[in-house]
Amino acid sequence: MSDAPVRVGLFVTCLVDLFRPSVGFAAVKLLEEAGCTVEVPAAQTCCGQPAYNSGDKADAKAIARQVIDAFAGFDYVVVPSGSCGGMIKEHYPALFADDPALFQRAQHLAKRTHELVSFLADVRGLERVRAHYDGVATYHDACSGLRELGVKQQPRKLLAGVEGLTLKELPGAEICCGFGGTFCVKYPEISERMAADKAADIAATGADTLLAGDLGCLLNMAGKLSRLGNPVRVHHVAEVLAGVSDETPPIGAPARAEPR
Amino acid sequence: MQATSHSFKANAHQALGNANLQKALHLMRSGFPARRAAAIARLPEFEALREEGKVIKDHVLENLDFYLETFERNVVARGGEVHWCRTPQEARDTVLAICRRFEAKTVTKGKSMIAEEIALNDHLEQNGITPVETDLGEYIIQIRHEYPSHIIAPAIHLVKEQIAQSFRETHTNLDPARLLEEAPTLVAEARAVLRQKFLAADVGITGANFCIAETGSTIIVTNEGNGDLTQTLPKAHIVLASLEKMVPTLEDAATILRLLARSATGQDFSAYTTVSTGPRRPGDMDGPEEYHVVFIDNGRSAMLGTEFQDMLRCIRCGACMNHCPVYATVGGHAYGWVYPGPMGAVLTPSLVGVDEAGHLPNASTFCGKCESVCPMKIPLPKMMRHWREREYENKLSPVTYRSGLALWAFFAKRPALYHTLAEWGARFLGAVGGPRGHFRSLPLAGGWTAGRDMPAPEGRSFQSLWAERQRKKAT
Amino acid sequence: MKEEARSQILGSIRRALKRGPVDEERQRALDERLANPRPNLIPARAASLQHAAQVDLFVAMAEEVQTTVARVSSIAEVPSAVADYLAQSNLPSRLVMTPEPQLDEVPWDARPMLEIRRGRAEDGDAVGITGCFAAIAETGTLMLISGQRNPTRNNFLPDTHIVVMHRDQVVGTYEDGWTQLRARQHTAAGAFAIPRTVNFITGPSRTGDIEQRIELGAHGPRRLHIVLIEDAGTSP
Repeated sequence: MSDAPVRVGLFVTCLVDLFRPSVGFAAVKLLEEAGCTVEVPAAQTCCGQPAYNSGDKADAKAIARQVIDAFAGFDYVVVPSGSCGGMIKEHYPALFADDPALFQRAQHLAKRTHELVSFLADVRGLERVRAHYDGVATYHDACSGLRELGVKQQPRKLLAGVEGLTLKELPGAEICCGFGGTFCVKYPEISERMAADKAADIAATGADTLLAGDLGCLLNMAGKLSRLGNPVRVHHVAEVLAGVSDETPPIGAPARAEPR
Repeated sequence: MQATSHSFKANAHQALGNANLQKALHLMRSGFPARRAAAIARLPEFEALREEGKVIKDHVLENLDFYLETFERNVVARGGEVHWCRTPQEARDTVLAICRRFEAKTVTKGKSMIAEEIALNDHLEQNGITPVETDLGEYIIQIRHEYPSHIIAPAIHLVKEQIAQSFRETHTNLDPARLLEEAPTLVAEARAVLRQKFLAADVGITGANFCIAETGSTIIVTNEGNGDLTQTLPKAHIVLASLEKMVPTLEDAATILRLLARSATGQDFSAYTTVSTGPRRPGDMDGPEEYHVVFIDNGRSAMLGTEFQDMLRCIRCGACMNHCPVYATVGGHAYGWVYPGPMGAVLTPSLVGVDEAGHLPNASTFCGKCESVCPMKIPLPKMMRHWREREYENKLSPVTYRSGLALWAFFAKRPALYHTLAEWGARFLGAVGGPRGHFRSLPLAGGWTAGRDMPAPEGRSFQSLWAERQRKKAT
Repeated sequence: MKEEARSQILGSIRRALKRGPVDEERQRALDERLANPRPNLIPARAASLQHAAQVDLFVAMAEEVQTTVARVSSIAEVPSAVADYLAQSNLPSRLVMTPEPQLDEVPWDARPMLEIRRGRAEDGDAVGITGCFAAIAETGTLMLISGQRNPTRNNFLPDTHIVVMHRDQVVGTYEDGWTQLRARQHTAAGAFAIPRTVNFITGPSRTGDIEQRIELGAHGPRRLHIVLIEDAGTSP
């Protein structure tokens, strides 16, 4: 692991900010333990994907400019989400293709931006975390992280080093869970069916825990599992890697222990 | 073919509840992707060949006029004829005129999506000519009066029992007591029935997977041999080809053929890949007396030079729909026209208009699987997004959605205001939903909560907790 | 109307590409590409092998797709190989044979119970025998061409298709097949005189249209059998 202190700007993501701050704090913990100083610019709200994927380029650009400005000057920008990370890394430069100055700044930001787990493994050279988790976990590969950012082996590698945790491969791990951001709002019936298929695959593994690197996917899958009465514990992978998963109830689970 | 793409949501709703379709789609899900993966695992050069294929097709598109004219010259030099059709109407009229010259009563057809696009069969029937689909899947849907639900496997939405039922209802001269339980029996019956049609046909119509400019040849790729019997036995062979099927040389075709079958069905090569050039030669013992290539534009030239040009690289392999998680739940008919799945989502609005087909590029999670398996490296999600941009600019998306988006964007561009709302939202929803941990129903989120619970927020926003943490550190 | 449609389509293409008709420079480059093409990226699977290994690869790939292959050491053994195959498969010994020189060289009289009709296949012919132009090792694919002695329907109408070939007809790749065909069939001026039909046949006819289960014998032959003569024969 590199010794030089690095200045990381944390891109929180709108879902982590609203639904599950624990993921943000787990990310901070992991980054600090990996030798980074972490700051959280206040002038951030969202990466702009909802506007971008709805064809609203004007708002997408405005929000992107906001992000570019807020994150100027950091050595790295780290995101606990493959989809927001992909938006910044792959799509911001494309958004500003006709604006040379902004294009350059977007490219500069893109180069410095990483999804959390791949940052820890590939950039910080993290081999093993000091964490404990009792359970059999299965891992869902969120689409953007997988296909845009190449996040595949890194979470599996780091999870393999978590004491007490057994990893069971999810058949169809790479198949979309049906969240798709605006998709689940526009086509809820199809989205729900995709979530049901994913829940069936998860149940078939016999795992007691579901992990992934994207909160959108996790809310979707947890919501379906909960409706089905399946007690599989759902966490963001950062929570397990940081060893803080017992500090917060699993996603969708009650605040206090309550019989379901 | 009349489009019902505007009813995509209703179509999808029906599809989700169709037990036979769901059973059939499950078979597809466990079939095609695994076979494709096995085939490309055995060809280390596959990735490099994808790039080669893309380069060839991009080159053709940049010089499409040259290659079309070269092709035409070579077809004519070998005794064939080329017809240029701007619209489905012109193409239908051209084909009908040729059939009439041969006083055709029966016309056999190899599988052609272009024929579906121009609604050829109805036109022929209206003019007293009987078109007989000979690809087994196409034949099955023809006798069921359905449209194809997949560009390679048109009857993929059906289970065996439905096919047997249709055979019984159609082949009424056969013994009603006969057993039709098993696939081999069904195939054997179709073989016998269609053999008679092949022999009786006056004209044979096929599509073209490729048109070869250097020789004026057309290539069809089949597994059944129906395309070959269709083009060899009758007096005339008509080839329907859209403009972008063009490829410069036979060797260029060889490169793309290495990608096609592997991507489509997981075969290294199809059973029959046939290169046809012109009518029969003097002294030949068989072959058509006339060879006609009918070029159809129908919107292709309008896609050139636009952000949709890459779509013209498509070789109609079907890999995208085989791997699409949305297609896997609703099947092809939901898309409402000739081309389903991801490639249909991009192509259909170009051909029938985005107001008719607007749902299609929207019904995607942008998971990117299609792009990753496309042998021609077509950036499908990107082009679907372009359609969404066009819709947004033209205010074609629903008002509620646009206002919701505008409201959200208003706050997203104003961080301080956003953070206040987020904190209060987290506190409120966390308080209400916290004890149970989730909502069973939630106003404004009825679509979600109809089938899923909504996990409750933890109760504070990250930004406010972080600000508190920073303040504590400072003191 | 025809000329109008043609020029409108070409005009539409040129407008979209933001240029006029192909100019001299572009024409030269395009002619050059057609005349002197860059070699393809050829998979190593077959191309990296010596001929003997290519023959073995051809047989292995063909058998993978339900083609059956009988290897005989000389042309003299072909009649018995064919007769044995028909007997073992319970097939009639009446055959239609393409009247090509390669097959006429076979000493069919050695097996008089084989009733051979030379000519074009008709519906009802249970077994057809043809030669082939080449055999492509990379995917176990036969390359057959039409001609005055090679009606295309003989490859498709009979229920069983038997192909008699020599080992030196095996080539590695599709490109090799085209190179050989171009060399063999050209006009006096040197232009490629491509036959009416070139069939690439890889296994018997099949369909997956019923619940995606592969069934053989959809419309073309349900059996494809190759008799491969191992001695160096004369390629057609």
